[in-house]
Amino acid sequence: MKVQNIQNNAAEDALGVSLPTRRVESFHYTDLRSQLGTFASKAERPSEEVAKKLGDGFPRLASNAAVLHFYDGHAFERGEKLPAGVSANTDLPKAMEVDGLDDTIVAINNKISTDGVAISVAKDANVDRPVGLAHTFTGTSGTTASTRYAIDAASSSTSIFIERFMGRSTDAHLSSSVVAMDIGEGAVLNYLIVQQSGLGAEHLGRISVRLAENAKLNLFILNAGGKLVRQEVKVDVAGEGAHVEIKGVNLVGDNAHIDVTTVLDHNVPNTTANELFRNVVAGDGHGVFQGQIKVAQIAQKTDAQMACNTLLLTDDGDFSAKPELEIFADDVLCAHGATVTDIDDDHLFYMRARGIKEKTARGLLIKAFVDEVVEELGVGEEIEEAFIGVIDNWLDTNVS
Amino acid sequence: MLEIKNLHVRIAEDETEIIKGLDLTVAAGEVAAIMGPNGAGKSTLSYVLAGKEDYEVTEGEVLFNGENILDMEVDERAASGLFLAFQYPMEIPGVATMNFLKAAMNAQRKARNEAEYTTPEFIKKVKAASSDLSIDFNMLKRALNVGFSGGEKKRAEILQMALLEPTLCVLDETDSGLDIDALKVVSEGVNALRDPARAFLVITHYQRLLDHIVPDTVHVLYNGRIIKTGDKTLALHLEENGYADVIASAA
Repeated sequence: MKVQNIQNNAAEDALGVSLPTRRVESFHYTDLRSQLGTFASKAERPSEEVAKKLGDGFPRLASNAAVLHFYDGHAFERGEKLPAGVSANTDLPKAMEVDGLDDTIVAINNKISTDGVAISVAKDANVDRPVGLAHTFTGTSGTTASTRYAIDAASSSTSIFIERFMGRSTDAHLSSSVVAMDIGEGAVLNYLIVQQSGLGAEHLGRISVRLAENAKLNLFILNAGGKLVRQEVKVDVAGEGAHVEIKGVNLVGDNAHIDVTTVLDHNVPNTTANELFRNVVAGDGHGVFQGQIKVAQIAQKTDAQMACNTLLLTDDGDFSAKPELEIFADDVLCAHGATVTDIDDDHLFYMRARGIKEKTARGLLIKAFVDEVVEELGVGEEIEEAFIGVIDNWLDTNVS
Repeated sequence: MLEIKNLHVRIAEDETEIIKGLDLTVAAGEVAAIMGPNGAGKSTLSYVLAGKEDYEVTEGEVLFNGENILDMEVDERAASGLFLAFQYPMEIPGVATMNFLKAAMNAQRKARNEAEYTTPEFIKKVKAASSDLSIDFNMLKRALNVGFSGGEKKRAEILQMALLEPTLCVLDETDSGLDIDALKVVSEGVNALRDPARAFLVITHYQRLLDHIVPDTVHVLYNGRIIKTGDKTLALHLEENGYADVIASAA
């Protein structure tokens, strides 16, 4: 008896992957089985002319970046010179293991990925230019476009990656990206995700990270597009002295469903983590943040902080925040906080009393709320300003 | 310049009447002090002039240069030349003071069909005005009022006033929370703006502020009405004798 399959077996059959309902705890707020569309075919490799045009209107975020381009999931050689200390192998990295329905996104990615890249950052390399991973989508109805990456940052290296998703299609299409990262001893890896997919996009992302001793992950996620988005982050904090910094801005537009789910596994003593998300929900958007922090019994002196603040701009939108602490050690500092608010009327009045129109004042207050996160990234003024530009564009289009 | 006629105001939420038939006229160039005990309606008056939505005007009118400002939006009142220096200036995280000042100045100029300031013009003006008020220019790069001391907040209010060049300045208990040195700086800032074309409504509990900002007229507000009007000697009388006898003789 497979009664539950009747509801939406088209999506499952098309992908050949079992989809979780909300009864699977990690998908409680994002019911993939009923929400995911039906995607039966991989997008074909677009022609050079089509590919070139797809990126119009998405100017580069960093002028000195070396960008690896993927159009509709297919790698395109653009002759960009990688910075010193970085090498790339364009064979598709091997599929990540799937452990039950919690790894549904990985399972889907394993099925549909065509191209990818394995990137190595050399030991002690201090990479001075960002490496861009650009995905641009035609977004033909019913198609999938998917990539898989592996990043190996050798010990004591410093590097910065910008993974970006771009599209304009309002037709239902599926994109997926799975990235496996290994951050070596004392290495610092900055990974910045900018999601600007079209309004029809269903996007499933996963990054799985392992940190060695004294390694540092500085992760930023900016969601500013898409219809149904789930970005998962799984971190294995495996080396003493490691630090995880996760910051995010989720801009949830009308009709959009955006879910960021993070799982931090502190498996050794003396590690730290800090997570901060700021979300803006417009129209009848739905936002989700699930933040799980697991501290193993031996992981004494773990210090993990998590905050999720949301501005709900209308009564129609909603945001679900689920912080979850699973602590087996007895000498740890873990805290979480979640707030959902509207714009402060007193702030608004003060600004209007200085002659600023209500719409402008609201815009400035919303912008201030999210820009703060970007300004603290510490990845250089040019990139931070470019991110703020992406946010400004979204606010101009989605907030009236 | 300002003519308040038979003003009645209540709190919108619970309908408590706070202002009960207030009449007041302030001429261009005049510095009018409003004094009164706690709960007399002083802050309510300032908020109603600025247009705060928590209050409801049930009767009367407020004419500013002949126009009834009660029909105007909060930002329109500001653009028409009304400025309220807040008793408790708002801390606004994430909005840099400089960006806020520029947004406010240019919004008002735009509303008045004047050319917006270019960035160099704007910075020049802010630098000059902030040095007059002993404000560290670097402070203005920080978020508006966030982490400012009480004195810094009040000086920042006067800075905004100087930059926006209003014609009617309402100062709501600007002396509260100020030590004597800060009080001097703030008062000098206000005095520097005194002008035949500009009027001030100085709302205060204490005579102290009026030693520095010397008023032309003093009005006693009690129970939602002006019960006595005089010159600066009235403030001195109140300082010595309290409000009791003025209230008793008005009753």
